Amino acid sequence: MKTGTLSIRTPEGIVFSQPLAGPVTRFLAWLIDQLCISVAMMLVGLVLHLIQMVSWNLGSALYVLVYFVISIGYAIFFEWTWRGQTIGKKLFRLRVADVEGMRLQFNQIVVRNLLRFVDALPAFYFVGGLTCWLNSKCQRLGDIAANTVVVRAPRIAEPDLDKLLAGKFNSLRQFPHLAARLRQNVSPPEADTALQAVLRRDEFDLVARVELFGELAAHFRGKVEFPPEATDGVADEQFIRNVVDVIYRARAETRMEPVAAC
Amino acid sequence: MIIDLQRFIANERPFWNELEKLLDRIEAEPDLQMTLGQLQSFHQLYERTAADLAKITTFSSEPETRRYLENLVARAYGEIHETREKQRRIFPLQWFFQTLPQTFRRHVRAFYLSLAVTLAGCAFGGLAIALDPDAKPVLLPFSHLLQDPRKRVAEEENATQNRLAGLKTSFSAELMTHNTKVSIFTLALGMTWGVGTAVMLFYNGVILGAVAVDYIRAGETKFLLGWLMPHGVIEIPAILIAGQAGLLIALAIIGRGNRAPMRTRLRAISGDVVTLIFGTGLMLIWAGFIEAFLSQYHEPIIPYDAKIAFGGVELVLLVLFYAKSGTKSPPKFLDK
Repeated sequence: MKTGTLSIRTPEGIVFSQPLAGPVTRFLAWLIDQLCISVAMMLVGLVLHLIQMVSWNLGSALYVLVYFVISIGYAIFFEWTWRGQTIGKKLFRLRVADVEGMRLQFNQIVVRNLLRFVDALPAFYFVGGLTCWLNSKCQRLGDIAANTVVVRAPRIAEPDLDKLLAGKFNSLRQFPHLAARLRQNVSPPEADTALQAVLRRDEFDLVARVELFGELAAHFRGKVEFPPEATDGVADEQFIRNVVDVIYRARAETRMEPVAAC
Repeated sequence: MIIDLQRFIANERPFWNELEKLLDRIEAEPDLQMTLGQLQSFHQLYERTAADLAKITTFSSEPETRRYLENLVARAYGEIHETREKQRRIFPLQWFFQTLPQTFRRHVRAFYLSLAVTLAGCAFGGLAIALDPDAKPVLLPFSHLLQDPRKRVAEEENATQNRLAGLKTSFSAELMTHNTKVSIFTLALGMTWGVGTAVMLFYNGVILGAVAVDYIRAGETKFLLGWLMPHGVIEIPAILIAGQAGLLIALAIIGRGNRAPMRTRLRAISGDVVTLIFGTGLMLIWAGFIEAFLSQYHEPIIPYDAKIAFGGVELVLLVLFYAKSGTKSPPKFLDK
């Protein structure tokens, strides 16, 4: 089944997951890499042009060899030295990883890059793209042979909570133990749904907005039962804003120093 | 269950930082040998961080911390549970004199298969030319091979000027890169359950067989041997070894008689595939030099007997190398 996520369960029972990169993002990263190869060849060409003025034969031979080495070795070199990333992959925050979460080996990098010869057939990586699209782990043929996947490390945009929630009294905060329980009971997708609803509230049709916040409020009221003084007279939309404030404000207060995401 | 997230992160962060530093060090120093105490500490840090990840996973508002911990656990998991030998520095002489021929011999049956398919192609191409000489333009798509062999030999032997003068180095580079691309393509087509690899090997055989029979029928056997042997005795086995690597991939995909999952089978042969294709690359570099600087010169410049003898010596050395090198304990100069 195509899940878009690589989940690995360790023998200790811990599950960690990484989002998989799709064919389009990978194709765009490949285009950037091709651009880098072209620029490198232009620069090398300038130097070799000087050699060609002295010996046309030697200059031409070097050009053929250097182009061959750069076009084949570019991805191998960068993926090995940058732990699974090329310039294009870095820009799109992609990374080659072992399919079982093991250490990425040099052999794997060589195999996945040599098999580009078949993945690139008949043009513009049609075979590789099709295989990637059909494969449950978005693997092209080279990835299947090398037991690798390409994972994403997206940057999570932080909402400006101060701007969004400033100046509003939050009745739920009067009950810190219940607020803590709410944070505990709400799953990450639920929290994200509430946050997105608040962030995009002005984009909704008026009727739809009332209905949406009504449904969300009913859902979140069922998570933790707050006393009537915390919820009575609070509109559904305000209740959801309070929920978002409780969940995400706690996070903002406990935020770590910047850490390497990958 | 985490009640006070702030305190939890503050308490655990030193352990995460310590694990991160240790992982950075392990990744930066492939030869790092940890003491038993360091290993125990590494394992404890990994288990503690993994447990922290399990705790924080339920925390809806902590996607960044969760991602950070997932990344740490993933890196540590790879180091702790990896059972394959750690790739240390490469020793080129040891690789060349031991690893390459040993790998070749370990998968020699795939080489025989590669050879059999090529010989079948040779037989087909040779028979086709013998039975229907008019099929030459269909079988040989290269214009320089379509010429009448006798006419070509006369032209080559009576040439008054060196047509490769000032071009030998670039011609050699073209040959090396072209042949290496063909070899890599032959290898990569192993992913088509070996069908593509077999087609490439068969087609190479067809061309070889057709050219050989064409020159033999014209009575130019000596020219043919003098022309092809110096580079061909290296170049053709190189393509066969690329085919061997492609067939290894195919056999791992098919998995006949091996109940391990395809992923495990492919993982088991990936190192050998890379060794074989690097060996092919080296052979093609040599063949490219010889083809540009020796094979294209004929009598009266270089006697055919000398070229044939040179090719013969190369072939004997090549066979000895793949059959015998690395069979005994390594000589002193190969010791690490």
